[in-house]
Amino acid sequence: MSRSPGRKPENHKISRELFVLTYGALVAQLCKDYEKDEDVNTCLDRMGYSIGIRLIDDFLARSAVKKCRSYSETADMIAQVAFKMYLGVTPSVSCNSATGNEFSLILDKNPLVDFVEELPAERASLCYCNLLCGVIRGALEMVRKCTSV
Amino acid sequence: VGHAVLAINGAEVNGRFTADGKDVLEFLGNPANYPVSIRFGRHRLSSNEKLMLASMFHSLFAIGSQLSPEVGSSGIEMLETDTFKLHCFQTLTGIKFMVLADPRQTGIDALLRKIYEIYSDFALKNPFYSLEMPIRCELFDQNLKLALEVAEKAGPFGPGS
Repeated sequence: MSRSPGRKPENHKISRELFVLTYGALVAQLCKDYEKDEDVNTCLDRMGYSIGIRLIDDFLARSAVKKCRSYSETADMIAQVAFKMYLGVTPSVSCNSATGNEFSLILDKNPLVDFVEELPAERASLCYCNLLCGVIRGALEMVRKCTSV
Repeated sequence: VGHAVLAINGAEVNGRFTADGKDVLEFLGNPANYPVSIRFGRHRLSSNEKLMLASMFHSLFAIGSQLSPEVGSSGIEMLETDTFKLHCFQTLTGIKFMVLADPRQTGIDALLRKIYEIYSDFALKNPFYSLEMPIRCELFDQNLKLALEVAEKAGPFGPGS
């Protein structure tokens, strides 16, 4: 979708169905291309990573948030601001480790899996939403927090 | 000093030659061509020169934030001289946006943030743009030009760069 210069950028809303279907088609195609689940997961992670390294600047430019002072603040920021801005949902954050360097983001409602009931038997270890993990990893790496997601 | 011939009689000059291949000094030496109007100005920087100056500034920026007596300094935000002000905005991702403007120009902070938005829209979202490379995206250039025009009109005095 190209924007003509000079016009104030409106928030073009694309259909949510189209987005979810596009993601589903992407995962389905990857499943056809690769036999092993790990390969599909890796591919999704890599794609998410290249989205994340670009998306982070969009997020920072639009939300004008200040630097996070702690890792838990970062996790909260991702859950409450970023997820809300891009996916319209707010996952809940839970801290997994005593040292505070492991967090879980739990999505009650995940728009990406709107039309997916359950994974087929032969794809049991597929991480369907691994793209999101890659996005978070890429974004955090650009603000100099190397993470594994 | 430091000025170069930019145009003769309206035609742009590239180094010693005009656009249609005439030698500038020869042209000026021939009295039959007078009267002639010559435009002088600062020589435009080539891409390589810009890269070199930017990387020098990047190092100065890092030195500045380390030498600062304040803890947790965010680096050089503004460099002021008699003839111009250099504004620098560093994002949390480490990208620096620099604007050279007239010392009396206002609204540069807003301009820098607008440029950040334009960069994240038209450069980063372009799938064919590789990070850290020179930006050769037309939409980026167009929108940047528009933002600069808006800033010039809003500020009290004439052009920034």
